[in-house]
Amino acid sequence: MKEMKVQPIKNGTVIDHIPQGMALRVLRILNVDERIGSTVSVLMHVHSQKHGLKDVVKIEDRELKPKEVDKISLIAPNATINIIRNYIVAEKYVVKVPDEVHGIVRCTNLSCISNDPKECVEPRFITISKKPIILKCKYCEREIEDVASQIII
Amino acid sequence: MQFKGRDVIAVKDFSKEEIIHILDEAEKMIPAAKGLTRLKTLEGRILCTLFFEPSTRTRLSFESAMQILGGGVIGFADPSGASVAKGETLADTIRMADAFGDVIVLRHPLEGAARFASEYASIPVINGGDGAGQHPTQTLLDLFTIRQAKGKIEGKKVILLGDLKYGRTVHSMAYALAMFDVEMIFVSPRGLEMPREVIRGLSSIGVTPLETNNLQDVIQDADVLYVTRIQKERFADIEDYLKVAGTYRVDLELLKNAKKDLIVMHPLPRVDEISREVDATPHAWYFKQAFNAIPVRMAILKLVLEGEGP
Repeated sequence: MKEMKVQPIKNGTVIDHIPQGMALRVLRILNVDERIGSTVSVLMHVHSQKHGLKDVVKIEDRELKPKEVDKISLIAPNATINIIRNYIVAEKYVVKVPDEVHGIVRCTNLSCISNDPKECVEPRFITISKKPIILKCKYCEREIEDVASQIII
Repeated sequence: MQFKGRDVIAVKDFSKEEIIHILDEAEKMIPAAKGLTRLKTLEGRILCTLFFEPSTRTRLSFESAMQILGGGVIGFADPSGASVAKGETLADTIRMADAFGDVIVLRHPLEGAARFASEYASIPVINGGDGAGQHPTQTLLDLFTIRQAKGKIEGKKVILLGDLKYGRTVHSMAYALAMFDVEMIFVSPRGLEMPREVIRGLSSIGVTPLETNNLQDVIQDADVLYVTRIQKERFADIEDYLKVAGTYRVDLELLKNAKKDLIVMHPLPRVDEISREVDATPHAWYFKQAFNAIPVRMAILKLVLEGEGP
């Protein structure tokens, strides 16, 4: 019988198949910090049959918003979201990298109009490659490869 | 082909056929641009020129083009005297211009400003240069000049020389030339090479330009030498500017090795990258190129306001 490292959760979300080492970044994206009232479990460097090593995050009493799922897809494009309700997996899906990314990533070009604080422009990108993820700014056309570091938290 | 009401933000937004149509239309504008005929094509129409950055050629040529077509011009050449100086956002300035004019020409220091502005304007927005980004009307007049000098653009060998990193005209130009199956050679000092995304964009459509730091090696069989200024204002550090300023100089010595019918182009203003002695040679096309701003911008104004009709 397998040893259970972390207890199952009653209600909440399990984010599985996060690339190893990215779990803490996922928590940051979800604004999970010391103020959170519910239980959060973080598993790092877990053996996975499919992907070698992976990270897993479990958050009790919270279901993710679509914008949060989009953000996760940009750093963990193979992540699986499991919505748990009363200990049962009520929904399960693999995140999908959106074709257009609005308001969740900042342009790396400091001279881009979308970075002008006066204008309050919602940054918009077109996904020009999903593997690896490359986004193109709709305004200045700069291509962004290190998307993880540009996610707006 | 639909031009009426259209924004002119990036040359990539236009097909090759549409570009050729603009050049053909510009051809028809030459007599009026030279003052030989007077037109009333855009009588009663108002061009709003919003220049958040200094410009001589772009602004004056647009204003001149509009007036030759019979239209009027309002706007500002310097934001310090406008409501922008009081803290007005670009979005609000555009909304105002949208109410006062029929077409907007915008020059702005931030990249993507014209695309952003077009989201707030119901009237056409023409990008008059956005930071180190796009300058589509310059590209169109450059293409017009090459076609005028060479009879056609296709198959020509074109050197883009100088600041290829920050020089906005060369980015638009590279994409446009790729549409015309031009053989491109990029010559720049180290550190001012063509941005990788432009190179990637070109290779995605099957175009692989030659990149070099040595102009002497490639001058002999070129048809067009497109020279750009190394722009001091784009450098945050003056030391970095001084390292590369004056790297290339187009002079009679260099041109000895060039084809007799090589044309030298420059979007102007030049500093010392083209020697004054070149001005008197048949190679010098930069002043004709500057004149071409008028017919090409006339064509663009006419097309976005009136469409393709006569």
